[in-house]
Amino acid sequence: MSVLDSKIPDGPLKDKWTNHKNHINLVNPANKRNIDIIVVGTGLAGGSAAASLAEMGYNVKSFCYQDSPRRAHSIAAQGGINAAKNYQNDGDSVYRLFYDTVKGGDYRSREANVHRLSEVSGNIIDQCVAQGVPFGRDYGGLLDNRSFGGVLVSRTFYAKGQTGQQLLLGAYSALNRQIAKGKVTMYNRHEMVELVKVEGKARGIIARNLETGELERHSAHAVVIASGGYGNVFFLSTNAMGSNATAAWKIHKKGAHFANPCYTQIHPTCIPRSGDHQSKLTLMSESLRNDGRIWVPKNMEDVLAIREGKLMPIDLSEEQRDYYLERMYPAFGNLVPRDVASRAAKERCDAGYGVNKTGEAVYLDFASAIQRYGKQEAAIARIKSPSVDEILKLGEAVIESKYGNLFQMYEKIVAENPYKTPMMIYPAVHYTMGGVWVDYNLMTSVEGCYCIGEANFSDHGSNRLGASALMQGLADGYFVLPYTIGDYLSKEISTGAIANDSAEFIQAEREVSDRIEKLMNIKGTKTVDHFHKLLGKVMWEYVGMARNEEGLKRAMKEIKKIRTDFWNDVKIPGDKNSFNPELGKAGRVADFLELGELFAKDALHRNESCGGHFREESVELDGEQKGEAKRNDEDYAYVAAWEYKGEPADAILHKEELEFKDIELKQRSYK
Amino acid sequence: MDLTLKVWRQKNREDKGGLETYKVTGILGHYSFLEMLDVMNEQLITQGKDPVAFDHDCREGICGTCSLYINGEAHGPDRKVTTCQLHMRMFNDGETIYIEPWRSAAMPVIKDLIVDRSSFDRIQQSGGFVSVNTSGNTQDANALPIPKMNADKAFDVAACIGCGACVATCKNSSAMLFVAAKVSQYAYLPQGQVERKQRVLNMVEQMDKEGFGNCTNTGACEIECPKGISIEYIAKMNREYLSASISSEE
Amino acid sequence: MSKGLSSSSVGRKVLMAVSGFFLMFFLMQHFVINLFSVISADLFNEVSHFMGTNGLVQFVLQPVLLVGVLFHLGMGIYLDVKNKAARPVKYAMDKPSENSNWMSRNMIITGIMVMLFLGLHFYDFWLPEIKDKFIDGKWDEPTKYFTHLQHKFQDLARIVIYCISFVFLSLHLLHGFQSAFQSAGFNHNKYTPTIRKLGNLYAIIIPAGFVFIALFHYFKQL
Repeated sequence: MSVLDSKIPDGPLKDKWTNHKNHINLVNPANKRNIDIIVVGTGLAGGSAAASLAEMGYNVKSFCYQDSPRRAHSIAAQGGINAAKNYQNDGDSVYRLFYDTVKGGDYRSREANVHRLSEVSGNIIDQCVAQGVPFGRDYGGLLDNRSFGGVLVSRTFYAKGQTGQQLLLGAYSALNRQIAKGKVTMYNRHEMVELVKVEGKARGIIARNLETGELERHSAHAVVIASGGYGNVFFLSTNAMGSNATAAWKIHKKGAHFANPCYTQIHPTCIPRSGDHQSKLTLMSESLRNDGRIWVPKNMEDVLAIREGKLMPIDLSEEQRDYYLERMYPAFGNLVPRDVASRAAKERCDAGYGVNKTGEAVYLDFASAIQRYGKQEAAIARIKSPSVDEILKLGEAVIESKYGNLFQMYEKIVAENPYKTPMMIYPAVHYTMGGVWVDYNLMTSVEGCYCIGEANFSDHGSNRLGASALMQGLADGYFVLPYTIGDYLSKEISTGAIANDSAEFIQAEREVSDRIEKLMNIKGTKTVDHFHKLLGKVMWEYVGMARNEEGLKRAMKEIKKIRTDFWNDVKIPGDKNSFNPELGKAGRVADFLELGELFAKDALHRNESCGGHFREESVELDGEQKGEAKRNDEDYAYVAAWEYKGEPADAILHKEELEFKDIELKQRSYK
Repeated sequence: MDLTLKVWRQKNREDKGGLETYKVTGILGHYSFLEMLDVMNEQLITQGKDPVAFDHDCREGICGTCSLYINGEAHGPDRKVTTCQLHMRMFNDGETIYIEPWRSAAMPVIKDLIVDRSSFDRIQQSGGFVSVNTSGNTQDANALPIPKMNADKAFDVAACIGCGACVATCKNSSAMLFVAAKVSQYAYLPQGQVERKQRVLNMVEQMDKEGFGNCTNTGACEIECPKGISIEYIAKMNREYLSASISSEE
Repeated sequence: MSKGLSSSSVGRKVLMAVSGFFLMFFLMQHFVINLFSVISADLFNEVSHFMGTNGLVQFVLQPVLLVGVLFHLGMGIYLDVKNKAARPVKYAMDKPSENSNWMSRNMIITGIMVMLFLGLHFYDFWLPEIKDKFIDGKWDEPTKYFTHLQHKFQDLARIVIYCISFVFLSLHLLHGFQSAFQSAGFNHNKYTPTIRKLGNLYAIIIPAGFVFIALFHYFKQL
């Protein structure tokens, strides 16, 4: 018998959430006033949760490491947010969104959670519009949708290329309203550095004021972690510089199981790394693949000539180019899912065909789209036998109207004009599907401690569909957690205020201050970034897009060594009682150095290929799918939840078997 | 390229602070400005000196955290970019670059190049929202069509990232472009109508309380705004304010 | 309206615009009357006499104008002091010319220069008028105006000061005209470009016209 109780309600899938809400325990309004909740993180999930909980009447303390809750990294999401509204009358439904999400997740997500997500998706759009989020509209004044991520319907709502920003500012405005009312106390530039448990229940946190270095004890009846994903374990990712796993990792060390850490999404259309001083990678919306064709030169001498600057990509004839996605996947071509496109790019570059100086870039070429649109427009404008220049001009105008902001961003960063020469792209770590294990109520395996948004594991399985991350964050924060948390808090109404001077709090604070003291006293020779980069290299090399047993074992060993070196040789300047960004960073990297090892351990144990996790040992050996990822539902259709036992290598595996009652499991094919 | 940097150093809020000179070498044109600072800090740490603290996070121009006054301009010499998107190819070998924090009484320096922008949060809290509960029981999103032009205008101003470049660049440290952006967003949308008048009155009042200066229409803010928000919206706010304050019953 | 307008930043800005509009209107009217002096001494005397003796002009418009001038000056200085205080620590390196023009940044300088000139102008024309009418009680001198004007424009030093002042006024108006519209909330895709052009025309033609009139009388009397 597993120690994991997912608490999925009984009954037919489509009624589970309704029934659950109908029978869940509630807290009456007068009692809510006496209950405190801590929310860590102010992104889509944390911001919306804090606002909703405060509005229901709870006293909320909200924490973010940034200077304002508005800066959480949800803000950087570009593409859009899915919702089963069926506004376009193309046959979309709650079931279809549910089905697409489970299938997209390669059948490694929890059915009941995904269905609930689909059910509330429509409310999210209603809610955001009511808050004044300026979604894209058509000329009739109604909401516009686009198709996204290779699904068959148009269900993605968007606000130009800044959907995440607009949704986050919506949640931020709701949060502001509660701050103004005094229902939320906001702690900016504060980082959660420890969870405090009293008699087995989460009762508060230790937070560090980043400006003064002071440690603070904050008590509450429940703690909600909404601190986002752990993509920065790779050092280079599309995450913000400050995005970190510390809050999630601290609760893991206090008893919250960490699920499926190896499920990472690597996004194919990012701007390539330019050199060793690169600090982060910039993502460009995958909508670019609708019109761009991906290629590398066929011949090695052309590759070398291009790298040396002797040859320009536009000088290569069609015969000298290898449109490898079109070659390998004739049915889907350039529109294969993210994981497939990413792996193919890596495969070509590993084979030596990368087109920039670092050897890690492939072309994304809009020339044929410009030609196609140009001719189309010329026909529309009734221009007989248009000149080459005219076609180019008309075609470029169409491309500009569709991707203008992305092209401009690319030109600013790379200093090349993508209308005239192909863009260079390369995959980058983008999103982590894995995270803290939670039950149906979003409670972790620590009683009273909840985890929402990207920080938990529940909804995306082993691969996330485009435009689903925003949906999950807001669903958790606005419409799920506020209800489910009541089930637990209804038992806390007579608890009274939680003291923050109990032995447990004092002990936790002492542990934190000892840890900081230890870090400061190492006085080694290497910077924090030095170790972070080493970790990133190992992660990318052995735990990146394609993984195998030998590499993963090696990764675990190397990460452990880097961790030991870090604790012996890191150099942190300044002191602990002032604004010391290096010290903050050191704490986060220390956690990544542990998480990275568990990540590799999880990848090692999962000897199958699914979604974002590709094991070289688990591929189709023959037939049409030869060489493609092979999932193993027989042995691995479960959630791997790891229990902390001191060293990451010693973590104990608990399995939550996944049952698919409403969906037939199928192998994905894009040939 | 090799550069001489004149960087503002200040230990904490109380410290008086001053400019320090640092040399960095081997900078390449494709480095972003912040990566150049990373290199400088790496050098400082190795030399046993305190690295320069600066605000940054997403490094893709959307979070609004980075905030440097570079060679006399907010976010440096390039247009429509934040500091993190500014690239070193904009500078010449041997150049001297001044790097200073935003300067405003309402945004005091916390350390080195980092300022306290909580005044912006407080302005938002004074009215930058629609008072709707997060119950999910609102009307259907398509029940209220919004003319595309209004939706687009609302979006134009909603693009504000709250970085504070407008304040930093304004000779009067005025925050009117920032406030106008939020006031206009809701004024253009039907959802914002109920609280339209009180919102502009409250937000302007809070802005004044924070100690920002007055707008004298120099237009510098719209030039330096990384999101290109137009001062047309300051006029809009003036209009909103005028009508609200004339018709207000208090 | 009680507390709003005069005590808030936006309100004050609007009041600056309103007083600015009023002063620009007055300036226009003043210019037209001055222009009469070039066309015909009699016409000039006639209109000046009307303005100088009409009850409405003397006892209503004149005080309003005076208040308008003083308000515009006082509020301008007050706002400038406040604005300077909003940035207690200055930038070591600042390049304001990269994003704004000189006129827009130096309204306080051009404004004060114009006001200093107004001092001289009052001393020359307005104070003698007041003395004539309210101290000496001489209300009925319908032909004195043109002579007075000619007399003042004989002096080269005055002409030089006069011309320089109008350069400052022109600079002030180059920003002030369109700025007043912006402050009052009028900014429109369709009309604002025209307003800017009109503003530039006004800011150049009116001061240039005043200068022309002064030079005309100076050279005529040589």
